[in-house]
Amino acid sequence: MAHDYTGAKKIALKTIIILAVVTVIEVLVALTGKGYIIEGYHAPKVLMNTLMIGMSLYKAYLIVFEFMHMKYEARGLMLSVLLPVCLLIWAIIAFLYEGNAWKGYRQTVQDRSKVEVSR
Amino acid sequence: MATDTLDKKHTDHDSTANASWDGAEYPFKVGYGKLMIWYFLVSDAFTFAGFLIAYGTLRFSMPSWPVPDYVFSTFPFLEGHHPLLFVTLMTFVLLFSSFTMIRAVQEGHRENRRGVAIWMGLTIIGGLGFLGCQAWEWTTLIGKEHMSVTTNPFGTHTESGIYLDAAGKESSETFIAGTTYLLHKATFGGDHEATPVHKEGAAPHGEEAAHADADGHGDHAYKAPGDYPDAVVDERGYIHKKYIVADGEHAGRTKSESFGPKAFGALFFFITGFHGFHVFSGVVFLLIILINVLSGIYIARRNGNEMVEKIGLYWHFVDLVWVFVFLVFYLL
Repeated sequence: MAHDYTGAKKIALKTIIILAVVTVIEVLVALTGKGYIIEGYHAPKVLMNTLMIGMSLYKAYLIVFEFMHMKYEARGLMLSVLLPVCLLIWAIIAFLYEGNAWKGYRQTVQDRSKVEVSR
Repeated sequence: MATDTLDKKHTDHDSTANASWDGAEYPFKVGYGKLMIWYFLVSDAFTFAGFLIAYGTLRFSMPSWPVPDYVFSTFPFLEGHHPLLFVTLMTFVLLFSSFTMIRAVQEGHRENRRGVAIWMGLTIIGGLGFLGCQAWEWTTLIGKEHMSVTTNPFGTHTESGIYLDAAGKESSETFIAGTTYLLHKATFGGDHEATPVHKEGAAPHGEEAAHADADGHGDHAYKAPGDYPDAVVDERGYIHKKYIVADGEHAGRTKSESFGPKAFGALFFFITGFHGFHVFSGVVFLLIILINVLSGIYIARRNGNEMVEKIGLYWHFVDLVWVFVFLVFYLL
């Protein structure tokens, strides 16, 4: 039990340090993308966003699996929590696609009124 | 006696399969309370995901959106722009409190009452610190930058242009498409006689006044709503600076800065507010559990302080949500 305790303590410390470092890297990536770190250099948005989303998911993994102890729970519990959350993947794709379509409709309406004015 | 034989029959029939259905075993190897906390957190995750997806959908549907490192660039006691510095500090406060929470849970497993109390106390301080930071952030946005649920003075240019000066001529100030601006607010002296003097001297909005002076005109130039050579001032005092479009199909036309996407304020205050409310209720629960820890009730239960573990799960979830709020609102 005593050994268990020191081991767990070490893992907790290691996890929090990784989380802090990843957070700092995330902020640096965000600022590089917006041209703050290297004067005037705007990194490609797609690349930067992918990096930041990836790092956030890694942070989420660390929090759920180490801090919330999911790694050490029964497999059934893990699946019953994580599988429903996977539904969100489709929700994100569908809604963002729809949002993008709204932008298209707005543009169409604007263009149409412009044509009517000029006529 | 009768039940004894019945039990025997059961176990003879199929010992492993039936044992779980009799309720004698925990199939997921956790207590009822902990399992239900997990399922509560799943439902809460869906609530937050719904809000964040709504944010994403509205953001995708707008031609422009305020750039976060311009909007969130203030820091207490410091002048000028410090993009994302303050929210990074907030993130660290919450991460720190997450670490102290897991230490409390670990001490709980050892049945170390003193250790649990100390680490939980630190967690509560971290939670309160986070709430304090959020209060400051909201106060700045509402009081100094005049953002509200229905008004969003942060807009983003969709075309490049040149600002007009006080005479209505092109000034040396230019901007490119994609930069975010803030509509400052003029205070119409009204019945305060000393207002103009006061404003030029010790201006309460340090940055705002300095910015205005650099342009060669302060907001004292706008005494009433109306159409000025360099800006349009609306009924509520928001200054919409005028500019000449430099590129695109509208090149050469004079326009004035408009409000940003209206949904921005509502989404920001509602989602960060909902998260802040979770932090607040977490602090309240932590306090209740801390009192119980000190009373010795959990030690008497001899179950490794399971209640501390449950509030720990909730607290880590709040941190987990912040990871995504941080990503969606401040980083992307």
